[in-house]
Amino acid sequence: MTKEKFLEKFLLFIALSSISILALIAFFIFEQGLPLIWKKGLASFLLGERWYPSQGSFGILPMVVGSFWVTFGSLIVGVPLGVACAVFLCELTPPLVSMVFRPAIQLLAAIPSVIYGFWGLIVLVPLIRDHLGGPGLSILAGSLVLGIMILPTIISISEDSLRALPRSFKEGALSLGATHWQTIWKVLLPAARSGIVASVILGMGRAIGETMAMIMILGNAVQMPHSILHSARTLTTNIGIEMGYATGDHQQALFATGVVLFFIIMGLNSLALIISGRRRS
Amino acid sequence: MIWVAAFFTLGVMIWIMAQVLREGLPLLTVDFLSDSPRQMGRSGGIFSTIVGTLLITAVAITIATPLGVGTAVYLREYTREGRISRLIRFGTDCLAGVPSIIFGLFGFVFFVIFLGMGWSILSGGLTLATMILPTIISTAEEAIKTIPKSYREVSYALGGTRWQTVAKVILPNALPGILTGVLLGVGRSVGETAAIILTAGSSFLMPTSLFSPIRTMAIHFYILAREGISMEMAYATGAALILLILAINTAANWLLHRYIRRLEG
Repeated sequence: MTKEKFLEKFLLFIALSSISILALIAFFIFEQGLPLIWKKGLASFLLGERWYPSQGSFGILPMVVGSFWVTFGSLIVGVPLGVACAVFLCELTPPLVSMVFRPAIQLLAAIPSVIYGFWGLIVLVPLIRDHLGGPGLSILAGSLVLGIMILPTIISISEDSLRALPRSFKEGALSLGATHWQTIWKVLLPAARSGIVASVILGMGRAIGETMAMIMILGNAVQMPHSILHSARTLTTNIGIEMGYATGDHQQALFATGVVLFFIIMGLNSLALIISGRRRS
Repeated sequence: MIWVAAFFTLGVMIWIMAQVLREGLPLLTVDFLSDSPRQMGRSGGIFSTIVGTLLITAVAITIATPLGVGTAVYLREYTREGRISRLIRFGTDCLAGVPSIIFGLFGFVFFVIFLGMGWSILSGGLTLATMILPTIISTAEEAIKTIPKSYREVSYALGGTRWQTVAKVILPNALPGILTGVLLGVGRSVGETAAIILTAGSSFLMPTSLFSPIRTMAIHFYILAREGISMEMAYATGAALILLILAINTAANWLLHRYIRRLEG
């Protein structure tokens, strides 16, 4: 084999590393988690309301519901703000402002999640406790912090899809006498819809996957949440909190929680890929 | 209204950083940076956690950079869009979306238990490497993509082989872009907690080898704040962490700008 041929094969081998790692992750998480799901039954694992590891009852419904509420809340905060920022960056900013704004968004993505959690803990939690009641460590606090954390994802992907629109869309609308605002609202946003939806789905994936910040501000009580001022536990925080000391079935149950999380994330990722892929073709 | 949304976002970001920096910066002294934690972190400094952060990041970068750049070179220079490249891209996209706690679980069963590395710098660094790989691949690919076609044509016209073109033309020209991706990977490694708390242990003793367990700055900060060990120490550690992230990000931005200007000029 010549040197060129060898290098080509070698690079192909390297290039397959990401997909191999993904396969390894799936294999090892499933290998640890699936036996417990078989043993207890999928229904009783997913829909069970009782999580008492010491008594051998592993029902993750409260965590599934907790993850759902926190994620839903974060989208209410993050989507309008994120799309507005994307429009701002594409359509409204004077160059000087965007020179400050763009690095700021990158920085927002680079701030470690523990810093967000800490800020939520010392700023938002006391505010909520004093003004709205409840323990402060709550779904509301978690949603607000997560809503900010998913902004960079939503902004950058929405912005890309707005920028990818042909100039003629904008020029056509303006020449028909539409105001700038009407053009944005009635022409550009609908035209960039698929990219914006993809950005929201990816933001959702980030929100569901966040762990450390949520451990710090959600309060972590295993209970069915009834109000946004209540404490909650998500799928991720369940793993993060208990993994440190779990053994045997308990540890397997945490891996099984990981399996559920893995399926949710893969579903969301594939959905986002399909939606943005359809736009490309 | 859109202006309000944009400045609200900017305001919250400044608020988050200012909150930590205002309380933390006055406590950030040379002694704090050069002394090791004492009494579980109630006093002393954060020197061993800085060393831990640097070592684990170094491991992650050393492993992820060749893999990431190799993948990008393969995707851009060695293959057309087809089944294999779609598979690779699918893997990269999915890997980018996997939550860090899942990487933590994986690192724990695979590196810590299965490969027998224990809670160590090596386990944590390798876990981080798998996590930052998609970032490095996508930035390296972008960097390679922006190199004008004429550069390649000249190299081939002069009789250069494919590998010579990659090694002598593509990589040197894409270097600043690749470094930007590496710096972004460094930033993620420095700030990561969920993936390494399960794989690198949380000992704040000075590491003696790659198999020593360590505690990074981010994990130290998390433990101080969550267990209420010392708010003062948490603020100071948080301030150090933010300054480090700021520096890394500024460097990445500066590199990127220089790169774009050179390609345009």
